[in-house]
Amino acid sequence: MDDFIAARSQMAMSLGFHIIFACVGMVMPFFMAISHFIYLKTGNPIYKGLTKAWSKGVAILFATGAVSGTMLSFELGLLWPTFMEHAGPIFGMPFSLEGTAFFIEAIALGFFLYGWDRLKPWFHWVTGLIVGLSGLASGILVVAANAWMNSPAGFDFVDGEYLNIDPIQAMFNDAWFSQALHMTLAAFAATGFAVAGIHALMILKRKNVAFHTAAFRIAALSACIAAVLQPISGDISAKDVAKRQPAKLAAMEAHFETEPRAPFIIGGIPDEEQETVKYAIKIPGLLSFLAHGDVDKPVMGLKDIPKDEWPPVAITHYAFQLMVTLGMLLVLLSLLYFFALTKRKTWLVSRWFLRLFVIATPMGYIAVEAGWVVTEVGRQPWIIHGIMRTADAVTPMPGIVYSFYLFTGVFLSLSAIVVFLLYRQMKMVGKLYDVTDPNYQPKQ
Amino acid sequence: MLYVVIIFLWASICLYLLLGGADFGAGIVELAVAKKHKLLVRNIMSRAIGPVWEANHMWLIIAIVILFVGFPKIYTTMSVYMHIPLVAMLLGIIARGTAFVFRSYDAVEDDWQQVYSRIFTWSSMVTPFFLGIIAASTVSRTIDLQATDFISAYIGSWLNWFGPAIGLFTITICGYLAATYAIGTVRDEQHKSLVIRVAKHMIFAVVGAGVLVFLAAMYSGIPLIDWIFGGLIGQTAILLATISLAFTFIAFKKRKAIAARLLAGFQVTMILLAATYQHYPELILFKNEGGLSLIEHAGNDQTISSLAWALMLGSIFILPFLFYLMRVFSKELP
Ligand code: HDD
Ligand code: HEM
Ligand code: HEM
Repeated sequence: MDDFIAARSQMAMSLGFHIIFACVGMVMPFFMAISHFIYLKTGNPIYKGLTKAWSKGVAILFATGAVSGTMLSFELGLLWPTFMEHAGPIFGMPFSLEGTAFFIEAIALGFFLYGWDRLKPWFHWVTGLIVGLSGLASGILVVAANAWMNSPAGFDFVDGEYLNIDPIQAMFNDAWFSQALHMTLAAFAATGFAVAGIHALMILKRKNVAFHTAAFRIAALSACIAAVLQPISGDISAKDVAKRQPAKLAAMEAHFETEPRAPFIIGGIPDEEQETVKYAIKIPGLLSFLAHGDVDKPVMGLKDIPKDEWPPVAITHYAFQLMVTLGMLLVLLSLLYFFALTKRKTWLVSRWFLRLFVIATPMGYIAVEAGWVVTEVGRQPWIIHGIMRTADAVTPMPGIVYSFYLFTGVFLSLSAIVVFLLYRQMKMVGKLYDVTDPNYQPKQ
Repeated sequence: MLYVVIIFLWASICLYLLLGGADFGAGIVELAVAKKHKLLVRNIMSRAIGPVWEANHMWLIIAIVILFVGFPKIYTTMSVYMHIPLVAMLLGIIARGTAFVFRSYDAVEDDWQQVYSRIFTWSSMVTPFFLGIIAASTVSRTIDLQATDFISAYIGSWLNWFGPAIGLFTITICGYLAATYAIGTVRDEQHKSLVIRVAKHMIFAVVGAGVLVFLAAMYSGIPLIDWIFGGLIGQTAILLATISLAFTFIAFKKRKAIAARLLAGFQVTMILLAATYQHYPELILFKNEGGLSLIEHAGNDQTISSLAWALMLGSIFILPFLFYLMRVFSKELP
């Protein structure tokens, strides 16, 4: 493995790891706030236990998110110094605001986790809500920085120099809105289905059923609302990509020929040498319609783009297919859930129905990872689209391969421990958090 | 506006040293005390830092963001030439933060607690140590922009005797801060005496490590004595820190927790002031000639002024909230 590939892999791995915890950090505080709210309104102790149980799990995930995020802010410089030297002053605005949001989040988290018997109940509730709001704000802000890499704005690039820098304009770049919207929905869908799936599994095992049903309801409803909105937002994203990064769109679709009535390509194996896709299902005109809202408008194909500006076609294509497929499956499940909620209440407790949710547990997160591969790999070979190539941004220090191995080890062990700890949390629910359990014996 | 940003940068480094330092110190104190007191000290320390540790570490993020937005050349130069100590420091941050939280939140209490504790205490030393090395190498004139081979470019850039000495000094400062902070969080008189005893030992360790720093500086040819005692600010700062040490012992004797904390904070701030003032505005000094200065190598005016606004607006939100957090949770625990 050469150092450049190692650097890219290390960056991708760190971000892919961090994003999981970032999603939890954006979404779980809201789930806790809902549960906490129900407890404060009804006084039902199950919801108090649920809020506490969730907050313990979230504290573990939060810490992992915080340390992996801290690492990222160093890695940007450790791996891509040339990029940061020029980009830092331009796209720094969202990062500095994000710093504020993180800070507020960390403070509010301190209040929320340790405030149970020390703060007034509603003030305590508000601190929990602030955790969620600032987490959401920081997610949206950091996406602005990533969006800027896709759609650079707020400076003039003259003879290799970055002039007339305007950080505010850079923050409000063209890609921000669509990416932030899509990401926020994705966080709710992914975390919601993951949480709902785990609690559904516990219901199926007939453990602390009332407790897990309460949890399942909150998570499943949020997840399903987000999931049905996801394709709409995905469509906005696709139209946006068609405008600003035609090469990325073409790679997502493995679309080689520029043509009117461009077909939407499902599946297939892209062949970059022959410039064709084999074994694909093609729906004529649909891509033109999705990209430009008009069946007859031509969509630019890869053949009209210089080959040294092609992103890796196969990876981008497969990742996009994976994301959309999972997105569609989740939409189906969500529609089924809404149908059950309004028309067939008995389904909600039947085993086959819960089993579907168990199967869906990892789907949202896989779609999140796939989605980021689409944006990131699809942006290649550029680190700043059209301005700076990734290969020119990498650190001059040799031996990054070893750093990659080292961090792979760190992430693997962290993942293993986190899973182990969450497993232990689940196992102890009856004893520590569920008042209706005969073994209930909370820690003091 | 540039000065606003520089003040924020200095303040966040200082606050990270004080608050993050006290936090790392918790692990260092746990490591330093005798075996029979370990469990007790662990409980005292965990309860003291639990609510504030995430917030304490945000100062590092703020400092990094200020550096890469406002002073990109400085940030990237450090990233390139101090890659290795930075990675070591990061590993420390990762291991420590997670071990601490895992230890507090693991639902089952069994032998794993020992594992978390061991990781927690040892990694509490790693981060301040490498932080010290990094700080030391910015002024050691060890970064060689002309170096072509790996060893002199990426290892020689931070490895000399001065770095580890500063690393050790940082560790002792953290221990001192933590022990002093904890005095106010225990109620039991016997426990208080124990914590005060630890704090006193830490003061001797700080002084001892300080002497070591001067020796190492002399050995590595760094004009440290000149920097610190060569100007009025440096002399005054060191003088005030030394005098206030006497008050610290009085505060210990009278068991005035708040006073002891304020004094410790004051002393460490003075040390940082003395250490940074003399070569300001240079932040990094290169081998042979030149360096990077906060004034000359700042970003463009637009960026600096929006950064300054973001920081000022941010602090309006953050500071009262943070102050309240520290107040609620720094009182004696029931
Ligand atoms: C639960 C996760 C999830 C689901 C179900 C979907 N996506 Fe997605 N998608 C993401 C999670 C995601 C993401 C991780 O959030 C990305 C990566 C970067 C971003 O802004 O969002 C993304 C990026 C992304 C992009 C690239 C945007 C850009 O580069 O600016 C497009 C075109 C789509 N998505 C389209 C869709 C469509 C048509 C979906 C229809 C079902 C869909 N996504 C479902
Ligand atoms: C959080 C989810 C993200 C994931 C899973 C992700 C994934 C990836 C992947 C797969 C690559 C490698 C591309 C390749 O090898 O072709 C990459 C590169 C990179 N990403 Fe992302 N990315 C994410 C978000 C971000 C964000 C928010 C930023 C910056 C603000 C960012 C900055 C970078 C940089 C600097 C590189 C290295 C240079 C490059 O390959 O473009 N990424 N990421
Ligand atoms: C280059 C990319 C990124 C950097 C440099 C970065 C940096 C950080 C840092 C320093 C923290 C720790 C804050 C704390 O202590 O609370 C953090 C946590 C967090 N990050 Fe990231 N981050 C990046 C990507 C992302 C992305 C893509 C998202 C979401 C879309 C995100 C959302 C969050 C959230 C919500 C937290 C709060 C802590 C938590 O919930 O665990 N980050 N990040």
